[in-house]
Amino acid sequence: MIASTQEVLNFPILSMLVILPMIGSIVVALLGSSRPEWMKLSALISSVTTGALSLWLLTAFKSGEAGFQFVSQHAWISQWGISWHLGVDGISLFLIVLTGILFPLVIVGIDPHHNETSYFAWMLLLQAGVMGSFLSLDLFLFFVMFEIVLVPMYFLIGGWGYDQRVYAATKFFLYTMAGSAFMLVGIIATVTLARHDLGMVTFDLVKIAEGAKFSTNAARWLFVSFAIAFAVKVPLFPFHTWLPDAHTQAPTGGSVILAGVLLKMGTYGFLRFGVYLFPQAAMWARPAIFTLAVIGIIYGAIAATMQRDLKRLVAYSSVAHLGFIVLGTFALTSQAATGAVIQMVNHGISTGALFLLVGMIYERRHTREIAELRGIQHVAPIFAGVFTIVMLSSVGLPGLNGFVGEFLILIGSFGPARWWTVVATVGVVLAALYLLWAYQRVFHGEPDEANSAFKEITFREGLLMSVFVAIIVVSGIYPKPILDRIEPSVAALIEHVEGQTK
Amino acid sequence: MNDQIAEFAGPAIDWFSVSPLVVLLAGALLLLLVGSLTPAWRRGWYGLASAVTAGVAIVLSVVLWRDIATSGPKLLVGGALALDKFTLLATIAICAATLLVSLVTSDYLAGENSDSPEIYALYLTAAIGGIVMVAANDLVVLFLGLETLSLSLYLLAASNRKRAESQEAGLKYFILGGFASAFFLYGVALTYGTTGSTRLIDINGALNSYITVPRNDTLLLVGIGLMIVGFGFKVSLVPFQAWTPDVYQGSPTPVTAFMASAGKVAALVALVRVFVTAFPSRADDWGPAVLVLSALTLVVGSVVAVVQTDVKRMLAYSSISHAGFILVGLEASSHRSSADVGDGLVAIGVYVVLYAALVVGTFSIVTVVARNTSDGATSLDAFKGIGKNNPVLALAMTVLLLAQAGVPLTSGFVAKFGVIQAAVSVGSYKLAVIAMVCAVIAAFVYLRIMVSMWLSDSTISEPVKVPLFSAVAITVAVVVTLAVGILPSLLLNLTSGLSQLAIK
Repeated sequence: MIASTQEVLNFPILSMLVILPMIGSIVVALLGSSRPEWMKLSALISSVTTGALSLWLLTAFKSGEAGFQFVSQHAWISQWGISWHLGVDGISLFLIVLTGILFPLVIVGIDPHHNETSYFAWMLLLQAGVMGSFLSLDLFLFFVMFEIVLVPMYFLIGGWGYDQRVYAATKFFLYTMAGSAFMLVGIIATVTLARHDLGMVTFDLVKIAEGAKFSTNAARWLFVSFAIAFAVKVPLFPFHTWLPDAHTQAPTGGSVILAGVLLKMGTYGFLRFGVYLFPQAAMWARPAIFTLAVIGIIYGAIAATMQRDLKRLVAYSSVAHLGFIVLGTFALTSQAATGAVIQMVNHGISTGALFLLVGMIYERRHTREIAELRGIQHVAPIFAGVFTIVMLSSVGLPGLNGFVGEFLILIGSFGPARWWTVVATVGVVLAALYLLWAYQRVFHGEPDEANSAFKEITFREGLLMSVFVAIIVVSGIYPKPILDRIEPSVAALIEHVEGQTK
Repeated sequence: MNDQIAEFAGPAIDWFSVSPLVVLLAGALLLLLVGSLTPAWRRGWYGLASAVTAGVAIVLSVVLWRDIATSGPKLLVGGALALDKFTLLATIAICAATLLVSLVTSDYLAGENSDSPEIYALYLTAAIGGIVMVAANDLVVLFLGLETLSLSLYLLAASNRKRAESQEAGLKYFILGGFASAFFLYGVALTYGTTGSTRLIDINGALNSYITVPRNDTLLLVGIGLMIVGFGFKVSLVPFQAWTPDVYQGSPTPVTAFMASAGKVAALVALVRVFVTAFPSRADDWGPAVLVLSALTLVVGSVVAVVQTDVKRMLAYSSISHAGFILVGLEASSHRSSADVGDGLVAIGVYVVLYAALVVGTFSIVTVVARNTSDGATSLDAFKGIGKNNPVLALAMTVLLLAQAGVPLTSGFVAKFGVIQAAVSVGSYKLAVIAMVCAVIAAFVYLRIMVSMWLSDSTISEPVKVPLFSAVAITVAVVVTLAVGILPSLLLNLTSGLSQLAIK
């Protein structure tokens, strides 16, 4: 992470990861009305190609190196010192791969039911924005991507969601935009203050983080301005109220993406920008953030227990899970931060899969009320089996992916944040409680008349879910290759923090 | 006495340097004279003539821009007018607004069956007034420009004789505008009384020359205050904004577009020039006033916009909050000495140009949509279901609205970014944060319009047709919005030397 390795590469793979879906989106929008079948094909091609590129990136990524790889930098707005600066390291690698594979799965696996053209166009634009957010090494570019994501997501929730969709979409847009309003001022202030140390105006993340010396007071203010934006995005208690609404009202595809990758932009932002740019301020803010994270864990778990709507339950479980990730991020030990990064990916997989399953239940029963569902295990055993695996991964059962991250976070946080970690551990128990209880109510018992017609998982759905289940199991049993790639970058970051805070 | 008149020789005039003004004047006179002497022209020709006139003025301004780039800024007509990049940028913005609005008006009047040359002549006259304002290097000349602009706008507001609202708007604007002009003139008089000059740079010199002598600033400060009030009315700063929503709503929509673009650009640029050139030595006095006005304008503009139900009123309040944004840039300039007014001025220049394009585009679409409603109403309901009815038009409106909200990759973000950067670089963090938060509140307004367009069911059965000229105007606005949004360097390259104002 410290020294950015300048790769001379003929093929600008990182730029392609952003540009390809963008082009796809435009092509889809243009083809839409005249050639519906080509439209769908081009949506598929651009998302699958992007996914393939991200997988290729995974194989080409040099394991064991800490710095940024495949860096691509071009002047964009030279007057303001802004460049198109992309790079990938162990922290962002798996989020990019997750983004790369989640989108084609959603595009292939879930029917929008109406207005397909605009649905696919927005989806692809969303993918471009998310990719850009994870790849940006320029503060301005990051902000642009971070903010542009709101537009497609707003339309996806508003256009294809459920009854309260307009309210939920507007709330989502305004909350997140309000958060980033502070960040924009913070970014500009960062650059302005760093100008004196660097001798030039630049939005380059690495240059600022390595070269600028902010006064203690300034760094704290700047950190807070960034933290507000990320806290809303994560969302950290008490900024979470947009999340249950957005999740519940969003179409299944939107929920999967929202939980899978969009929320990670917040936790990723904390690590990449908040901690990296302002290590001392991050140390200073730790107690407050730990407290909010732990409140989020407990509150999310309790709120999830109380929900009657299955989708809302999963949404609140996200609040709890992301509390763990934030806890691990700010523990600032190598173990905990590695755990936080891997948990970002795990949460994306398992919660994404849960939203998919809940979406399938809704498709069949047109309700998500837990009380309306009963005994599904009897009529759809395979469906129940898949649900069990995904749920257990979310609970954090050893042997499945969720355990790895949670365990690392708790181990790593115990040193710097002992009592907070102790309380957070209660959250692990509660997670088992609300998910198992929900499972019991929905799948056990004797199915009544409405539920006995519950259709077994179809081939297409099965194929879709098998990808998720495979990742859950494989990365749960053998997480080493993943950890090997994440750890060096995280260790370098922690070293940077320790160097600055001594 | 007679001898004196005989001896009086006017100042030497560099005619080429004032050629944009001359062209506009010639165009206005020709339209009026020829238009009234010949039988009615074929549909669209009046508008086209006006557009071409404005287009020629733009070309001449661009040529002048190149001259300035090599030879540096200068003063014209014996120091009455300043010719610098700041003037020319505003001139181009005003002429471009005139051009686009003429096109849209042509379609609008064709729809109302009342195409006539007067309205275009008034646009051109108003543009002349606006250009004189932005170029004025003398408070009296500025007042001349202000009155030329304002009188044309009063008539334009009332130009739809079939509608009572239009006449009400004209009358309201006239009375309040006259009031504001009086305030402004009184401020000029008091300033003259203190400094002995109305020339901007001489005022500054006078104020600096007796800086060591104990003095009484009361008259000067009252003068500055009264000028702020006068300008405040013209650019609708809170608490002088009360007329804006009514006038914007009542005026024919293309005229609203003109007022919100050309009218605002002229008044804002003139305001900035006066304060930055004439009163930099009193920046500690007017800076805080601008700060308070800016914050108030931002907050009231964006909050009140939220509860409106008429799109034109929403946009009126949003234009108020945009003016607040521009004042953020002026406030930033108040922290600098006259030698280095820097970022603030550039940010304001960029903002007004981009805002002019945005607002013309937005109101053009409102015009087109309102044509389809039975009574030309512009309530939010009129926009319901446009997304299904005419997706391309709805998409254009969405781009413009997102730009007004300041979403990245649109020109609105570039404009906001520049202003916030100017504010932050001089340490005005509080104002920067207030401005950004208000931008979020205002975003709710634009979302409401977008919800109506995309997420509500249509109330109109026939597809909304976009007439040719309007389509051209809307396309230009959207292209500018996206091009500058994606490649801001296109515009920023032009801003080098923008803050070098002509003073000698």
